[in-house]
Amino acid sequence: MRTKLQNWMLLLSSAALLALPSASSAQLSTFDIETRIGMESHVGNVNGHAKDAKGDYRRYCVGCHGDLGDGNGENAVWMPPPMYQQPRDFQLGVFKCRSTPTGTLPTDQDLFDSITRGFDRSNMPPWNTFTKQERADLVAWVKHFSPRWLNEKPGTPITIPPEPEVTPERIKAGRDVFAKVQCWKCHGVQGMANGPSASTLTDDLGRPIAAFNFTDGSRPKCGDTDQDIYRIFMTGLDGTPMPSFADNIKPDEAWDLVFYLRTFMHQKSKEKEMAKTLGLKPVDPNAPVGQQ
Amino acid sequence: MRNRHNYPGLLSALVLICCAALILGQKVNAAGNGKITGTVKLDGPAPHMRGIDMSKDPYCVKAHASDPAHLETYVAGANGGLENVVLYISDWSGSALVSTAVPVFDQKNCVYSPHVLALDPGETFKVTTSDQTAHNIHPLPNPMVNVGWNQSQPPGAPPIEKSWKNPEIIPVQCNIHPWMHGWFVVVKGPYATTDSNGSYTIDNVPPGSYTVTAWQEAAGTQTAKVTVAAGGSGTADFTFKAK
Repeated sequence: MRTKLQNWMLLLSSAALLALPSASSAQLSTFDIETRIGMESHVGNVNGHAKDAKGDYRRYCVGCHGDLGDGNGENAVWMPPPMYQQPRDFQLGVFKCRSTPTGTLPTDQDLFDSITRGFDRSNMPPWNTFTKQERADLVAWVKHFSPRWLNEKPGTPITIPPEPEVTPERIKAGRDVFAKVQCWKCHGVQGMANGPSASTLTDDLGRPIAAFNFTDGSRPKCGDTDQDIYRIFMTGLDGTPMPSFADNIKPDEAWDLVFYLRTFMHQKSKEKEMAKTLGLKPVDPNAPVGQQ
Repeated sequence: MRNRHNYPGLLSALVLICCAALILGQKVNAAGNGKITGTVKLDGPAPHMRGIDMSKDPYCVKAHASDPAHLETYVAGANGGLENVVLYISDWSGSALVSTAVPVFDQKNCVYSPHVLALDPGETFKVTTSDQTAHNIHPLPNPMVNVGWNQSQPPGAPPIEKSWKNPEIIPVQCNIHPWMHGWFVVVKGPYATTDSNGSYTIDNVPPGSYTVTAWQEAAGTQTAKVTVAAGGSGTADFTFKAK
């Protein structure tokens, strides 16, 4: 007959065992990180300094992102994927929201925007309550966790041409792009995140992750302006299954695709109205390539 | 008591001297013309390789209609020869060798061909697609060692040229077809990959004594000492046990 205490110990130890593999491994020590405390950031005309962000980080960020910036703060265990997203591991220097090509570091402005915007459907709120200076300091602080910034420069931001006027032809052309590069494999033919590959998606650390559902009112993680949507599929979201389409979608086609994606979205839009008038049908996943 | 404390010191000094002698003694010549050959075998029967359910994508099912796809964790020939084993000189002290040919990593019939691609750091390789279905090519290096990326390759997409900066064994996957799994094995110096008979030849080996390492994706690594005379060849055979 086990005592109550023994039962509790058993439960706790099995919980600990279960938690072990999901914990990302902190590979850097406090000492390694401290050597980079001189890190700076430049956002517009504001210069951020890592050392000035220590207080804000300890007060507002450490609970999720952890002392070592590895995303293992004490709250992290309460955010199991895929329902929640685990806090970012800053030591890896891999970021979803970038204006720079896949495989490159984001710009300081990108990190600044992420802090400002927060992430929809995650525990990261918009931190626009911080002053611009404080946010720039936090950008430098985030950078000081990863050695990547010592050896590499951020990538060159992609060029986004001026947004053209929406026309029904462009929406139709966007549908062709959607079919050609097969966005529906994950996002589904109606953007409902129910494509054939949606159920098996995992992030770079092997954790389950959901494709973006355009139809349920969610906002894209990296911003919801037309420019943001353009940027998301052209740069990809590093660390997730979302690849970069920069080699396969021309700038003009990219705008067409943005307009077509808008037709899925819950929010009212000109594109949605036009699609209704056009009577656009979802793409046919079984149609041969190039014949929609 | 005192003596016992000195042993580790003495031993490490000895090892250091030996290493120094080895490094100084072997005149590594980039244009070495020796070679190391051998065979890699699997001990016992090849483990059952599970079939792959490709029903997610009708294109892939059709491509394998007459030739069902199986996992490629162990690919053993009739004589027990083990394919896709990478052999390299793990104590290579010369620079990385960059070949002039550009190796190709193809996505064909919803599997990677080859399943394992060995490369030198800095060696350019090409990722191509022969399929009429979209893939995303997504290598997963340790971000502390190499920089990962994730690019789409819909049907007819142009090849992607890439290279890896540092030695590392990098898994690669397609998120659209989760069964697609392959490896970039980035090693410094001359290397070879076993063919379907399990045989290999590492070319361009300068004379010297080396440690040859054999890497198999599931069985792990084994090493052997090989001496290569000027213009001659050394031999190293390996036998792996399936895990």
